[in-house]
Amino acid sequence: MLRYALGRLLGTVPVLFGVTLLVFLMAWVTPGDPVVAMLGEASQGISRQALEDLRRELGLDRPLPVQYVGYVAGLLRGDLGDSIRSRRPVLAEIRDRLPATIELALAALTIAVALGVALGVLAAVRQRTWVDGAAIAVALVGVSIPVFWSGFLLMMVFALELGWLPASGRGTWQHLVLPAFTVGVSSAAFIARITRGAVLEALAQDYVRTAKAKGLAPRRVVLRHALRNALLPIVTVVGLQLGGLLGGAVLTETVFAWPGVGRLLVDAIVARDLPLVQGSVLVVSLLFILVNLAVDLSYAAINPRVRYG
Amino acid sequence: MRRFRRHPGAWVGSFIVLTLVLVAAFAPLLADRPPTQQDLRARLRPPSAEQPFGTDEFGRSVLSRVLHGARLSLATGLLPVAAALVLGSTIGLLAGFFRGRLDAVLMRAMDVLLAFPSLLLALAVVGTLGPGIVNAVIAIAIVDVPQYARLVRSVVLGAREEEYVQAARALGARDGRLMWRHVAPNAVGPIVVQATLGIGFAILAIAGLSFLGLGVQPPVSDWGEMLARGRRYLPDATWLMIFPGLAVSLTVLGFNLLGDALRDALDPKA
Repeated sequence: MLRYALGRLLGTVPVLFGVTLLVFLMAWVTPGDPVVAMLGEASQGISRQALEDLRRELGLDRPLPVQYVGYVAGLLRGDLGDSIRSRRPVLAEIRDRLPATIELALAALTIAVALGVALGVLAAVRQRTWVDGAAIAVALVGVSIPVFWSGFLLMMVFALELGWLPASGRGTWQHLVLPAFTVGVSSAAFIARITRGAVLEALAQDYVRTAKAKGLAPRRVVLRHALRNALLPIVTVVGLQLGGLLGGAVLTETVFAWPGVGRLLVDAIVARDLPLVQGSVLVVSLLFILVNLAVDLSYAAINPRVRYG
Repeated sequence: MRRFRRHPGAWVGSFIVLTLVLVAAFAPLLADRPPTQQDLRARLRPPSAEQPFGTDEFGRSVLSRVLHGARLSLATGLLPVAAALVLGSTIGLLAGFFRGRLDAVLMRAMDVLLAFPSLLLALAVVGTLGPGIVNAVIAIAIVDVPQYARLVRSVVLGAREEEYVQAARALGARDGRLMWRHVAPNAVGPIVVQATLGIGFAILAIAGLSFLGLGVQPPVSDWGEMLARGRRYLPDATWLMIFPGLAVSLTVLGFNLLGDALRDALDPKA
């Protein structure tokens, strides 16, 4: 297990290198002069000489590899640069918004797993009946509806028509319900589809036939034998869904005016606030990489075949 | 093919996609008036016999705008998939066929792209290049590339060890011929499935970017942009949101149904 964990950890290093390199290069691919972009409106009326001086002062005249090393060194110190718009450190901006996004993602994940696994198991157990058909249909529709539309529908019904829940903003737990459901349901659909397939596959195995033959209750066969062995693909898809969840959160945060990193990122893109864009992309990606690492390690713990495979 | 025809989803999916193509092709004939024609006396009218989908804040026909939106959605759904398919498949083919260092470098690069949540990567690209529909299409193409690369590579890795490939090699076939004539055709089935599902994803993603104001820019409009604008007139003018949203959902559903049916038909295990 330790050996596997170390190997997996080492495998993350090139990915981290690539991700930071890509985010670093964003500043160089972006059209226009980064110094002018940094100054914003203040760049008007500045002499060419002054711009050159500033460029040298910021180290932007050095070769790219040297700058990249400087950038990574900054990252390690927690220095993500300053936002062009607010002049505040990017890290502080993100730190203010991150809890809201994590809160939304975790709530959505809970809903997604609970709904998705239940629906998937139900469909698998009742394979080729109307229950299965209905579950597949619900899952398919769930995958197809954009969150920025389902969110609006939920808001219309539960906030504006019925008045049960607040339509937007963050504060009490009631504020969390609609956004979390919006993000969660679309992920639940994916999880349900994978769960159904995995459970069906497990149900076709010999050990399930053995379990049935020795007279175990059907519920026990499904939950203890089939579902348990179907966990691996399910855990994988849940880990991957977290990426979708974070993505869905960007859109959902806009729909419900939820003050998270997604909203921050979109505002930063519109304002062409590149340091803030880079910082948000980097932080969310790192989070995603860490979670997937945790997922991989956890299913090495669930399934010995992964460790020795 | 028979398996495909017996699949219930295949029929519904084909019907939706075909309808979409026809609507996109004949939008000007189907709509009662141009999507940009304003009528300031009839602003924000709810659906009626005359205007089945109602009118927007400039008195434009929502029906006409939804019908014309099919053109842009279809185009912006197909383009990134086509680009990603060509680029990704080539990468996968080269990596899987030649193995070794080339494989390692290419696939590590793909791993890096996959390390980003897909919408986040798209946002990063748009954030770098700037908002706009062209950049949005480029963004979705970049997001999709690794999927095709991995898919094709895995097929190629299996196929290059097959006996008929070894036989062709023994007969003196060159790398290029082996790769394109003998190995590549194996990947066609999986690619078709992936691309069909990919079009649905692309349409969803582009609509999402437009919804965030990062895709098509006014005065050009697609379903996502209509949703973003319609939101300002809530809770009164719900029809501004219902119809474009329904259009996106149905379209994506159609491609998903079709893709699933194709996969079931092409994959003997399912």
